[in-house]
Amino acid sequence: MASTLFRTIQTHSFMLYPTTLLRRSNGVFYCTMKSTHSQTATQEKQQIRVTPQNQQNKAKTLDKIAKDYEAIIGIETHVQLSTLTKAFCGCPYNYGSQPNTSICPICMGLPGALPVLNSKVIESAVKLGLALNCKLSLNSKFDRKQYFYPDLPKGYQISQFDIPIATGGYLDVDLPIEFGGGHRRFGITRVHMEEDAGKLLHSEDGDYSQVDLNRAGVPLLEIVSEPDMRTGVEAAEYAAELQRLVRYLGVSNGNMQEGSLRCDVNVSIRPVGQLEFGTKVEIKNLNSFSSINRAIDFEIARQALLYSQGQGDQIVQETRLWEEGAQKTITMRKKEGLSDYRYFPEPDLPEVILSAEYINSISSSLPELPEMKRQRYEKMGLSMQDVLFLANDMNVAQFFDATIAKGADVKLAANWIMGDIAAYMKNEKLSINEIKLSSEELAELIASIKSSTISGKIGKEILFELMAKGGTVKRIIEERDLVQIVDPSEIEKMVNKVLSENPKQLEQYRGGKTKLQGFFAGQVMKISKGKANPGLLNKILIEKLNAKS
Amino acid sequence: MLSTLHHPPRSLSRFLPSKSKTRSFHTKPILSSSHPIIEQPHASSTSPPQSQILSIRHSLLSRHVTATQLAESYLTRLKLTEPQLNSFLHLSNNVLKEAQAIDEKIQRNEDVGPLAGVLVGVKDNICTVDMPSTAGSKVLENYCPPFDATAVKRVKELGGIVVGKTNLDEFGMGSTTEASAFQVTANPWDVSRVPGGSSGGSAAAVSARQCVVSLGSDTGGSVRQPASFCGVVGLKPTYGRVSRFGLMAYASSLDVIGCFGSSVADAGILLNAVSGHDRLDATSSKQEVPDFTSQFVSATLLESKPLKGLRVGIIRETLDNGVDTGVKSAILGAVSHLEELGCTLSEVSLPSFSLGLPAYYILASSESSSNLSRYDGVRYGNQVVADELNALYEDSRAKGFGSEVKMRILMGTYALSAGYYDAYYKRAQQVRTLIQKSFKAALDENDILISPAAPSAAYKIGEKKNDPLAMYAGDIMTVNVNLAGLPALVLPCGFVEGGPAGLPIGLQMIGAAFDEEKLLKVGHIFEQTLQDCRFVPPLVADGFAQ
Repeated sequence: MASTLFRTIQTHSFMLYPTTLLRRSNGVFYCTMKSTHSQTATQEKQQIRVTPQNQQNKAKTLDKIAKDYEAIIGIETHVQLSTLTKAFCGCPYNYGSQPNTSICPICMGLPGALPVLNSKVIESAVKLGLALNCKLSLNSKFDRKQYFYPDLPKGYQISQFDIPIATGGYLDVDLPIEFGGGHRRFGITRVHMEEDAGKLLHSEDGDYSQVDLNRAGVPLLEIVSEPDMRTGVEAAEYAAELQRLVRYLGVSNGNMQEGSLRCDVNVSIRPVGQLEFGTKVEIKNLNSFSSINRAIDFEIARQALLYSQGQGDQIVQETRLWEEGAQKTITMRKKEGLSDYRYFPEPDLPEVILSAEYINSISSSLPELPEMKRQRYEKMGLSMQDVLFLANDMNVAQFFDATIAKGADVKLAANWIMGDIAAYMKNEKLSINEIKLSSEELAELIASIKSSTISGKIGKEILFELMAKGGTVKRIIEERDLVQIVDPSEIEKMVNKVLSENPKQLEQYRGGKTKLQGFFAGQVMKISKGKANPGLLNKILIEKLNAKS
Repeated sequence: MLSTLHHPPRSLSRFLPSKSKTRSFHTKPILSSSHPIIEQPHASSTSPPQSQILSIRHSLLSRHVTATQLAESYLTRLKLTEPQLNSFLHLSNNVLKEAQAIDEKIQRNEDVGPLAGVLVGVKDNICTVDMPSTAGSKVLENYCPPFDATAVKRVKELGGIVVGKTNLDEFGMGSTTEASAFQVTANPWDVSRVPGGSSGGSAAAVSARQCVVSLGSDTGGSVRQPASFCGVVGLKPTYGRVSRFGLMAYASSLDVIGCFGSSVADAGILLNAVSGHDRLDATSSKQEVPDFTSQFVSATLLESKPLKGLRVGIIRETLDNGVDTGVKSAILGAVSHLEELGCTLSEVSLPSFSLGLPAYYILASSESSSNLSRYDGVRYGNQVVADELNALYEDSRAKGFGSEVKMRILMGTYALSAGYYDAYYKRAQQVRTLIQKSFKAALDENDILISPAAPSAAYKIGEKKNDPLAMYAGDIMTVNVNLAGLPALVLPCGFVEGGPAGLPIGLQMIGAAFDEEKLLKVGHIFEQTLQDCRFVPPLVADGFAQ
């Protein structure tokens, strides 16, 4: 969970991709594309360990080639809905459960079994449709998409074909600062409801395959974007925003590793200025935002190279697989013409009819969505970096909102959350809901520091205790007698004590070694057990040190 | 009482077969008197058929007879007739046990359901948990479902005893029951003839009194046409009236589970039992289910014109060319009978009627090509071992399906293919809409519509086996009703020559959606007042001549 805090797209400059291409074509050069560590929450750096000079030159050449082309990118996303039961039967679905333990005659496609639609699927579709600013179809229907495969028990998938539940929307995305920032609006072609298929488990020697139908019949929403993206980063950000959206809406856990959010990307390129699209290639097996980013940039470079070498005809309509290990795409299957799914209306299910009332009730129950949240945070005066961090995770945003609702200073609250709290969560691999600190106590802590009841340093100590063990700020302050000393006469007494106990140092100071001020301050702080107000302490200390006595 | 001799219009009387040939009187006992059958099928050659279900209930509750005795007598007859008929694919081993349980309940003065002790045949494309359910297909040979169809569940809950699974054309695709992968069922009226189909086993079983009532399924006439061929009552309910859960789908938008009985009352009582919304079938209707049995007034209480004012429309297109003259005269006889009962008869035209057949075969084939995709040999049913996936699919399906099924899958796949969809499937749906509208208009003007149930009486086994188009043409009377989703009742109304004792002809009555009540009322009165026509096949009436 902790990882969800951090924007998971890794930074790669476009220039690097041609180098991976070269590595692929001649196999000699080596460079690692792996992102290593993150500096701050929103910035992740990748390092190049070995980049021979001549390769860099080649990379620059390829970069130039690529600049002559424009990429056209569209994404089809499958979002697995986190409904309690499957789309058309009463089976629950839990990722990772034993094969074929969550199945029934309906999702197994036994003879005589019939589907009955789970109304939560419609609710989720309407929520997402509204959140994506789509037009909802008041009358839509289900269709059968027919093909044979062992993971498809009925021999057809219940889907929506010509009348999807939602069409013609858009998704607003704010690009991270490190990618140059900026706002983008990507069109949404359609959103439709369908059911997932099961899974094939292949034996190691490839002798046989087994079918696990646990996932069969799990509800999905398929979201098709307009071909509005131009770079891997834009595509990855689109996917990340979609993930945020489904999480904010509570319709899916959006987990890519578990396959709850799956992106298939279509990429084509064309010479800059050309109007017709080039031949598009579909890329599958993209298990993270960074692989979306890298796979696309690899694919753009691959296609650009072919074009520039006069081999544009080698770009064929096909499905390519992203190989994470090799960092390249390979041919999975060439399109066997247009596959004919023989769609026709699903006769076992009645039409889906949405009333204006129903839509309004869903609409009014929608939570504040990421884009609105970002706009609100921006208006509060937070930097875009802060905004993107806080709005990235709905729980973090809620924690932040709750903290400032208790009157905490906006910037201070943001800093605490993005700094020590985020670091702690990352180290302990905890989500913000799992740490013991509550938003009330964070607000209290910030207020205590602001009112000078405690010092910032003590505040930090208390924070760590709160995160690890819980409790209240007041209680910790009381129990440990941590209230800041702000009485000047009390501090003066302590200063006098330190000065009198360290005559030698005092002499040195007055002899010009003014650096020793820090030593005295430290000593006073030590006597005060860290409770002395640092401002007052320094003020009084300097007065005393410089007093000609 | 009214006089109910047929008075067909003079000009049509030439179509009527001579009386001596067309009436069937059976007087010989069918079983020795030691068999305590409640109402011998031959009981009276002139009295109208009585509800077997009601008389069973009466006998059980008055302790005249036990459920076990009853079951034994039916089983005896079943075993005697089955070698000639082959109506059943599987027989239950639990009949006597279940009958005993009912007897014990009665002994303890506990309530028993309205179907207590009633032996029910169930078409083998309807799932039963304790018996194989094969849909007459090799691909499901020995397949045992893990659940009862909702209709079966309801029958059992009301005390009904499922006696066995009846034969059918594979997956309901056929009109003769010859397309079963396992056996050919014979017509009890003439064992050299087909019982009709696809619910031929269910129709033959009731006709031969192998069971009291039976469940069938009707996609394009599969309950009504065999009812007509076998001289029993067949009821196709409104689409959505009975849950399809557990009915192996042939064409989902057309399939309905229907009821067979030897009287209108029995068909109605069975419909009462199986009707109503089911949360497992999204297409089942929430429409309230009236008590259909309240319609069944005793004949002696009827007024002289009990159907006075009832507007009956004769569908003109159903008496066109291509309908046997014998069938025409039987229907015209029924028309006169309805007039005698006080009905106002008029002709109605359904201009889109002839389009129904091609539209039906396109839609039904299209849906079946999809519905039968699940029989791939992967999860259940017969799997042919193969080295790779496509071979597994191809071999399992090639060996599992019969030729009629394959033909319809191919036709349906073609009709749904890119580039053909608009010309076939979409066009057929448009025709369907037209047909629905024309029925609606005709039923706005009339309370019920009537037509023959089939253009001919039962034909010989093998006669149309190699001429599918001729067989398909036989469905002309019934498919339109499925396309419109309306309820229809078929009941025997006369005979034509053929077989040892004539062949029965069925009259089809079509009602407005969810108005089964009216059909049952009219059908019951028609049946109770029809003189001199008793529909007990010779196989039963002659006491199983070996």
